[in-house]
Amino acid sequence: MSAAAQKPLLEVHDLRVRLRSHRGAVEALRGLDFSLARGETLGLIGESGCGKSLTALALMGLLPEGAQVSGSMRFEGRELVGLPERDWCALRGDRVAMVFQEPMTALNPLHPIGRQIAEPLRLHRGLGRSEARAEALRLLERVQLPQAARRLDAYPHQLSGGQRQRVVIAIALACRPDLLIADEPTTALDVTVQREVLALIAELVAEDGMALLLISHDLGVMAQQVRRLLVMYGGQGVEGGPTAEVFRRMSHPYTRGLFAARPRLGLPRGTRLATIPGRVPELADLGAGCAFAERCAWAEAACRSTMPRPVEVGADHAARCLRLDAVAAGLEPRADAGGAHG
Amino acid sequence: MSATAPGFWPRALRHPSFLIGALLSALVLAAAALSLVWSPYPPADIDIPNKLAPPSAAHWLGTDSLGRDVASQLLVGSRASILVGVIAVGIGLLAGVALGCLASAQRGWVEELIMRVTDFSIAFPALLTAILLTAIYGPGLLTSMVAIGLAYVPWFARITRGAANAIWVRDYVLAARAAGKGRWRITLDHVLPNIASVLIVQATIQFGTAILAEAALSYLGLGTQPPQPSWGRMLNEAQTQIFQAPQLAIYPGVAIAVAVLGLNLMGDGLRDLLDPKLARQR
Repeated sequence: MSAAAQKPLLEVHDLRVRLRSHRGAVEALRGLDFSLARGETLGLIGESGCGKSLTALALMGLLPEGAQVSGSMRFEGRELVGLPERDWCALRGDRVAMVFQEPMTALNPLHPIGRQIAEPLRLHRGLGRSEARAEALRLLERVQLPQAARRLDAYPHQLSGGQRQRVVIAIALACRPDLLIADEPTTALDVTVQREVLALIAELVAEDGMALLLISHDLGVMAQQVRRLLVMYGGQGVEGGPTAEVFRRMSHPYTRGLFAARPRLGLPRGTRLATIPGRVPELADLGAGCAFAERCAWAEAACRSTMPRPVEVGADHAARCLRLDAVAAGLEPRADAGGAHG
Repeated sequence: MSATAPGFWPRALRHPSFLIGALLSALVLAAAALSLVWSPYPPADIDIPNKLAPPSAAHWLGTDSLGRDVASQLLVGSRASILVGVIAVGIGLLAGVALGCLASAQRGWVEELIMRVTDFSIAFPALLTAILLTAIYGPGLLTSMVAIGLAYVPWFARITRGAANAIWVRDYVLAARAAGKGRWRITLDHVLPNIASVLIVQATIQFGTAILAEAALSYLGLGTQPPQPSWGRMLNEAQTQIFQAPQLAIYPGVAIAVAVLGLNLMGDGLRDLLDPKLARQR
């Protein structure tokens, strides 16, 4: 890869998002840092409510009304925080595109799919009706929708979930974006279709050399799809590094909990799935210390009062935890410290 | 592309309340159309010797206290009703939908402002608006049409904004924004087509209420002025002879009831027929 391609396409630094809620303003992203180079793939993983999807919306400039963003998001060196709506419109769908979780609802039921694929092309590339239609057909073939020519005039309800997700991907790829954000792109699909769609995304990302930000709660998907992994909890990245490295040396207690809690085949019947005790805390309840402290078996008094800083635990691999040594040494967690109500 | 799913007409023809409603509405429309080219007598022709005549071959529905032909007045009076419906609903729909879409697309203080003004206008009695306008511009069909139309603006604005807000949170709108579409394109391409059915139904029902409102204004003497006939004015004039000639109040009363009932039934039918969930069950 050339030197230019190694320069980060996207640099997110200390990204903070405050949302209005019925309990007042809450900080939903609390200082997120990561960067992504062209051709690189990064996975965001964590439980629901950890801020994965919010990160995606922030990167698309699609945060809910009244959200306050601070920190920095640089895309090709250009600051996105505070970008006027007009500039966002020019960026979205052209340089940055997104694949949504629910292909059932991400398409307008009243428009034929060919028209929906042609829209970004007409909007950003200024193509005429027939040119855009021809390009839409090419895109449908590229996402391997069977009988693409016949399907151009089909309505979304005439397609299956997997086919619709291919259409959504075709829309996202229409203008050959530099960055593709996929927010749980296969969660709503059948398992067999999931694999096809993920393989398709991987193939297209590699072909176009774009950067991929994949959001998922599925460790198996991450292991196969992304080269780098960022584990999120409570609006922060708690552990990040090359995927293989993170899997090999899970350093943060939350990462370990996530890994232990994944369902596996081949376990004896009746084995209970491991769970992480407690619940994801409400954002308004987060205190000054580590967000995971209340659920962490290793937590001590300092964890609840001090925000841990990222610590290098390996090559390009960091975790935010005060008790890394104890966790790494494999010390058994103190039996009495586990519960949030202890 | 309209909100009608494939197979609208086959289903419409099997929908009893839509059929009856459409038939009654068509009847009123036909009466108005006919009156443009023909009526038994000029509706304002006074024939005192023949006043309060019972129905006969010459005067199908008899004559009123000035000897004018009731059937002719009913025919020609339907024009005022339809005109009021079209203009008042037109004003309400255009301005209301524009305001509602603006509120929904802009959010923030624009939405707050529009909705608070809307709340205020709805709280302000429509009749008072009509009287106010009449005081300024004088009574007449045009004034009452504008007054009724203005009274409808906040209702259409509120309905539009509510329906549009429900569309704005849909995933495909988020997807459209993610594709780089601006607020106005999304309003035109996604929001309006998806709320069209709600607006069509509402417009149909408001059309009926507009006819009622015009009748009420004319009855109060604020609407159509003599010699222009309207159903409301016929009611107004009939009240002085309500005991000697009750039929004079019954004819326009029935005409108003038929028109309003027809439009309401049609609106209800359209609500079912335009519901995409029902339409998709093939």
